[in-house]
Amino acid sequence: MITQEMYEGLGLKESEYKRILELLGRQPTLTELAMFSVEWSEHCGYCRSRRWLKILPKTGKFKSLVGEDSGGIIVDDIAIIFKAESHNHPSQVEPKQGAATGVGGIIRDIFTAGARPIASLDSLRFGTLDEPYSRYLLKGVVDGIQFYGNCVGVPTVGGEVYFNKRYSGNCLVNVMCIGVAPKDKLARAKAVAGGIIMYVGSSTGKDGIGGCSVLASAEFAEGEEKRPTVQIGDPFTEKCLIEATLETISTGHVLGIKDMGAAGLTCSISEMAQAGGTGMDIDLDKVPTREREMQPWEIMMSESQERMLVCIKEGKEEEIEKIFSKWGLNAAVLGKATIDGIVRIKAKNEVVAEIKADFLAEAPLYEMPHKKPDYQDELNYLDLDKIVQPRNLGEVLIKLLSSPNITNKNWIYHQYDHMVQVNTMVLPGSDAAVLRIKGTNKAIAATTDCNAKYCELNPLRGAQIAIAEAARNLVCSGAEPAAVTDCLNFANPEKPQRYWYFKNCVEGITEACQFFGVSVVSGNVSFYNESPLGAILPTPMIGMIGIVSDIKKVCTQGFKNENEAIILLGKNLPDIGGSEYLEVIHNQFKGQAPYLDLSQEKALHDTVLKVIKDGLVQSAHDCSEGGLAAALAECCLSNSEKITGALIDNLDFDIRKDFVLFAESQSRVILSASFENVPKIKEIAGNNTVPFKVIGKTGGDSLKILDNDKELINLKLDKLKSVWYESLEESLNSSS
Amino acid sequence: MKFGVIVFPGSNCDHDCFHVVKNVLGQPVEYIWHDDIFGGEFDCIIVPGGFSYGDYLRTGAIARFSPAVNSLIDFANSGGPVIGICNGFQILLESGLLKGAMLRNTNMHFICKYVYIRVENIDTPFTNLCKPNQVLKIPIAHNEGNYYIDEVGLKDLKSNNQIVFRYSSKEGQIADKYNPNGAKDFIAGITNSKGNVLGLMPHPERCSEDVLNSTDGLLIFKSILNWTKVKT
Repeated sequence: MITQEMYEGLGLKESEYKRILELLGRQPTLTELAMFSVEWSEHCGYCRSRRWLKILPKTGKFKSLVGEDSGGIIVDDIAIIFKAESHNHPSQVEPKQGAATGVGGIIRDIFTAGARPIASLDSLRFGTLDEPYSRYLLKGVVDGIQFYGNCVGVPTVGGEVYFNKRYSGNCLVNVMCIGVAPKDKLARAKAVAGGIIMYVGSSTGKDGIGGCSVLASAEFAEGEEKRPTVQIGDPFTEKCLIEATLETISTGHVLGIKDMGAAGLTCSISEMAQAGGTGMDIDLDKVPTREREMQPWEIMMSESQERMLVCIKEGKEEEIEKIFSKWGLNAAVLGKATIDGIVRIKAKNEVVAEIKADFLAEAPLYEMPHKKPDYQDELNYLDLDKIVQPRNLGEVLIKLLSSPNITNKNWIYHQYDHMVQVNTMVLPGSDAAVLRIKGTNKAIAATTDCNAKYCELNPLRGAQIAIAEAARNLVCSGAEPAAVTDCLNFANPEKPQRYWYFKNCVEGITEACQFFGVSVVSGNVSFYNESPLGAILPTPMIGMIGIVSDIKKVCTQGFKNENEAIILLGKNLPDIGGSEYLEVIHNQFKGQAPYLDLSQEKALHDTVLKVIKDGLVQSAHDCSEGGLAAALAECCLSNSEKITGALIDNLDFDIRKDFVLFAESQSRVILSASFENVPKIKEIAGNNTVPFKVIGKTGGDSLKILDNDKELINLKLDKLKSVWYESLEESLNSSS
Repeated sequence: MKFGVIVFPGSNCDHDCFHVVKNVLGQPVEYIWHDDIFGGEFDCIIVPGGFSYGDYLRTGAIARFSPAVNSLIDFANSGGPVIGICNGFQILLESGLLKGAMLRNTNMHFICKYVYIRVENIDTPFTNLCKPNQVLKIPIAHNEGNYYIDEVGLKDLKSNNQIVFRYSSKEGQIADKYNPNGAKDFIAGITNSKGNVLGLMPHPERCSEDVLNSTDGLLIFKSILNWTKVKT
């Protein structure tokens, strides 16, 4: 007998339970109830987000692939498969394993598509570092990523980290993985009737039960103990699983394959059946288990890691089993894909579940009310005249460069193997990571971006800026923006004032992607990111990849030589709303999100791409957090071989000096080039109507910024270097 | 010259070494599965980096018991050139082909970054194309690269010229601040007393192509080819 306590304990609402009774025409078994609870959870069923996800563009300049579990694009004969996923709640509860299994899960999504994973990126958000728990989380998450990523042999090539009080009770761990495959070697995540269903990989334990329905689909409440719902990762097994799976797919015997991620067997069985329009007969007694006397529902719900479900051609079982046993992994035949459309699960010769696969796919769709928050207008109001202009602008720059959101993240990325697989052309610390595609003359550039503060100030524009900045980072590397994956991290969707951000951000992403011709090929939604400390900032993390068409035309952000022209493309505007300057120096988070004109942004991209392709520039770097001054400092310091000074003596101070230097106006890029190339660059910028100005030149042992003859900033490179490269570690150690 | 790359479950630089030998050096190369034995069909064996058997025990401690490592010991004892990179170096230490042991990096973190190493001995199969005291720009990526050997052992290494690489500055200066992992006497790579077995923590296969950030690693691979030419 199913009680209210039972279905609510699994995260189902009363109305949802009634719907289950209606569909089945009887009471569900315990196993069936568990299956519905996960398939209909927000995490798997997208009940509260599907309505808006539909509007995201599925096509763009590059031929797009949108698969069951991941998506990608086609470039020549190569499929580039990529996806991002969140592992927020597990990481808040147990940072090392939460992050590690986040890495493992997304890597599996890529190689189950038949693609070899070639790179990961991590987008992280924590509370501020003055809080001990935030430091614990950061260290734990970084440890988890290095523990898993380094061993599994997929380089962690980039990402981003931000700190803000709003993540104190709910950190974000978003992981993106990219893989490549010959385009005719891809695998699908669906069953084919008549195919044999095999279980491969690790054995099943009691870990992670309820991970997606209980942990991921509700807010954190006070004093809850959710650690038992977090899974434990084994990167060594995953590495073997990658090799065995790719070997298996290359046999041509695979009809469909799916990772057992959220909701484990339940999800893979029912979703493969749904996707293939088949049923499935499964014998749970055949599942390799690592604990005795597991109940059928526990086997179905377990989120033990490093497992997959494969549908293969009949008669090839032995051949497949041999491959997995060579790699020391389980392979067991569980049953068959059938034509009747019914998922039938047996255990100890008893049928424990018998449901039409379609029923599980019918996750409820909720039209969620949304309402602009009452506090929004006040949040947007900022009286610029009340911002006192600091006297010492050099000191301001030092403070900004040492603040955790801006300072270099080498303490983190030096712990990640970012070079294994020998593709990493541009190492971490530039605008985007660049990976060559072996056997071609092309490269993939990848970045993750999202300034969540802008999204709180103006979700529509904030999301557009996330897309614009991601694309800008790619073009600064010499890549044409191609496609997007997203992790939409938001608070409780059942609260209209929270849902308003979600709706507007999705609309912003849609508009910007359509404008730039980039498709959204995959992604994930993470709701309920809120705790007794409050809601997180709306954080629609954008992972974007771009294509470099000539591997020799890759650009990085650091100045390369002395006595070269420093050029600013774009216009300085007094956009200090939501800026780091406003927060770090003036201790305020307010105002309007920066202005963005998509066509100006596009013109900038065209200009930057053209000057890089024509070989006219030595470096390109976009202006983001910390504004123009921080970006210039980064240009000076980013060339690991040789730091290079700069003299900026031709900057227009037509608005307040602190705003010119530290405002975060969009659509700006700093170039460096030999003086003889300047006229050509100017012409290209002019053709695209992009504001162009030579603002100074490289050289010397300091960064100097002058207003006419008046020195505004004069800082020695050695000082800047230690501030830039050592501040993060210092702030971790000094307070621990 | 035919190369063999040993593959343990958990090796993750096997493909990279294979790629460099095949596509950059243009030499024949085959994988050797850890469960297999091999003989004289190879001219040089690479023990690649990674996490053999997960390295959940001491690094390389399980790999030494594999059939392929048994063959490797025979191959090395008969004078065949062997190069162990990173986890490969750790395996060579565990198998007794090289002397010493690995401790965790002094900062207790995995470290992945470009470093500089100074070539201390150019009279080896692996460095004969380098200039004396040449500095190579080469990446490291390890958790346990803090090489340790007792004083007696160190004296032997020195007197036999077995120290091949030391961590240094870009200019070749040796000092604590250029030692990334705390390695004894700044050691980044050593040979056995006969000189035909090299173990090194840095990854030459990661810096052997123009599109990557250095091509200094190629000097090591090309030296191996050159050595057989010199020999024959």
